Amino acid sequence: MEKIINIGEYIELAVDWLTDNFAPVFDLIKNVGNTSIEGIEWLLVTTPFYVVIALIGLLALFKAGRGVAIFSACGLLLIYLMGFWVETMESMALIVFSTVIALVQALPLGIWAAKSERVERIIRPVLDLMQTMPAFVYLIPAVLFFSIGKLPGAFATVIFAMPPAVRLTALGIKQVPADIKEAARAFGATNKQILFKVELPLALNTILAGVNQTIMMALSMVVIAGMIAAGGLGEKVLEGINNLDIGLGFESGLAVVILAIVLDRITQALGQSNKKKVVSLSNIFKRK
Amino acid sequence: MDAGDIKIEVKELSLIFGKKKAQALKMLEQGAGKAEILEKTRCTVGVNKANLQIKTGEIFVIMGLSGSGKSTLLRCLNRLISPTAGDVIVNKVNITKEDNKALLETRRIEMSMVFQKFALLPHRTVLENAAFGLEIRGEDKEQRLQVAQEALESVGLKGFENQLPSQLSGGMQQRVGLARALANNPEVLLMDEAFSALDPLIKSDMQDELIELQEKLKKTIVFITHDLDEAIKLGDRIAIMKDGVIEQIGTAEDILKKPASDYVKAFVEKVDRKAIITAGSLMFRKPNTVTLEKDGPESVLRKIRESAFEVLPVINKNKVFEGFIWLPEVLKAKKQNAESIKDFITTTCPSVYPEVTVEEMLPLITNTKSSIAVVDEATGRLLGVVTQTSLVIESTRFNKEEIVELKEQASEQ
Ligand SMILES: Nc1ncnc2c1ncn2[C@@H]1O[C@H](COP(=O)(O)OP(=O)(O)OP(=O)(O)O)[C@@H](O)[C@H]1O
Ligand SMILES: [Mg+2]
Repeated sequence: MEKIINIGEYIELAVDWLTDNFAPVFDLIKNVGNTSIEGIEWLLVTTPFYVVIALIGLLALFKAGRGVAIFSACGLLLIYLMGFWVETMESMALIVFSTVIALVQALPLGIWAAKSERVERIIRPVLDLMQTMPAFVYLIPAVLFFSIGKLPGAFATVIFAMPPAVRLTALGIKQVPADIKEAARAFGATNKQILFKVELPLALNTILAGVNQTIMMALSMVVIAGMIAAGGLGEKVLEGINNLDIGLGFESGLAVVILAIVLDRITQALGQSNKKKVVSLSNIFKRK
Repeated sequence: MDAGDIKIEVKELSLIFGKKKAQALKMLEQGAGKAEILEKTRCTVGVNKANLQIKTGEIFVIMGLSGSGKSTLLRCLNRLISPTAGDVIVNKVNITKEDNKALLETRRIEMSMVFQKFALLPHRTVLENAAFGLEIRGEDKEQRLQVAQEALESVGLKGFENQLPSQLSGGMQQRVGLARALANNPEVLLMDEAFSALDPLIKSDMQDELIELQEKLKKTIVFITHDLDEAIKLGDRIAIMKDGVIEQIGTAEDILKKPASDYVKAFVEKVDRKAIITAGSLMFRKPNTVTLEKDGPESVLRKIRESAFEVLPVINKNKVFEGFIWLPEVLKAKKQNAESIKDFITTTCPSVYPEVTVEEMLPLITNTKSSIAVVDEATGRLLGVVTQTSLVIESTRFNKEEIVELKEQASEQ
């Protein structure tokens, strides 16, 4: 079919212009980013596997309960036994880095969107676009700006994983009852005091639900980023596909699933732990 | 009125919600009403040229139907809403002209607010909630928790410090709200329908306690309600609002006897007749009682003598209401040397639940000479008695014809 409008051309022009004029900036970002990711990776890989498993198991035990703790420990052990430990830790490092960067941007943005209707009107379609665009598409600008490797992987991951955190932060803050905010104002609270003493604490559970989703999306993107040499489990999955190696494909896929379940259950529990405390206390009260 | 006595003065205060404020304000000055302004400018008049003076140490009640502008007027006093026109003067300082910093200070030091739906922080304990105002003010932790603790004790919440608001009943949550306001030790308390969300009995308790506290603390209280009963009980003076206009300011007596407009008259009558005045609010609590299983004729006789009533309510050991015992019956029982008064009590007598209104109780007194027992709906326990005298006093607010009519209706049934 003949092209009548060529949007792609303009996008290309824009990306070209950016890479031509801001090359040093991109290089700096790349260096700092890669160093950070490798730092996290180094930490995870050099720590003995049983220590990592024990720490994650304990975290699960205290925050999510015994079931999740047992599953996490067994699952991670299985990953180790299958021989995917290093790849898994590489993926973890990428997830941790991307999630932190995504949240650092998403939280203020979400707060801003909750406060200003205009900002929300602008942000919402952008978020829709970011979330519905096929994930692979982000790999293209990532490669153009930063060529291949871990940081472009993280770049694509951040874009893909950010929207839920922005949305849920905004939602959480908007849901804070107006009368509680009014009460704070009536006692002479400044905007900053209202944000930190009322809005953020009351929105915390919703925000943590957003964090959970961001982590899950980061995980799925990290696997895709294997295509641009970001390393980790993604590369193993890709290798399995390329060589039509069903065994490798299945094993690496299984490792991804285990990692996903572990991360999901633990972060979900973090969001609910303060709620649970309230519930169980009130039960005690009722029984009296 | 001596100027030194005036804590809060509101002068020609108007507040308009909407975009075309200037146009609406102009119309307001030319005397247009709320409906007309809404139609022409799509602006809502919240408050319409209000003037009032609130004296130091009084409970000033603002009353009116829903949407009459009570909350809006109250929020102008601490400028949660900034007035469109007019002045609010607190302690001789014009709040409407204060800059942001001075305004924060005013809210932190001079005025505290209590809210209809409590507005407590759900993630904080009762103690931390009570200390909230002090925290905002920047007092150090130890100091503020101690002051909050004292405030909690003053509203009877000792022992609940470490609970969360959701673990408390509505009445107790509002005590926390009150403690939070008192902890700041402000001169002025702004209370927006503070007791409206509570059950009638608890509401009445809270009103009593507020009066008691006020005797000690002597704050200046601005209290909003749509309940005439509450206004009369609490208010040293009452302002009645309609469509943003203050229709009348005066004591309860003034307003009941000399309503300034037809609206006030209708309001007072309507509220009266629909009788928010209930058995629960009218009843005499903790009356002398006779316990069926315990008291024999002798001891009943002594109790009757002590209480100077001719008749006493009878309850069983579970405090469930059984009936009334009359003096002649006791004497009869004594004469017959009866062991128990069981066969002598009158059991065919009316009893009502606390939320029954005066209007509904009136027909009951035609068939009996005794008081009316007020019992708990769930347990049947005796809560109190409403004497005929107090019913008659209440009902003199009705026309004579109406009383006759009610009595006739009752006897037809
Ligand atoms: N934020 C707002 N925007 C527009 N109109 C408002 C706003 N707040 C209140 N109003 C309008 O102003 C008028 C006065 O409202 P206000 O809340 O002061 O009444 P009220 O007497 O406190 O009523 P209620 O007993 O229901 O609390 C009403 O007509 C209301 O619809
Ligand atoms: Mg109101």
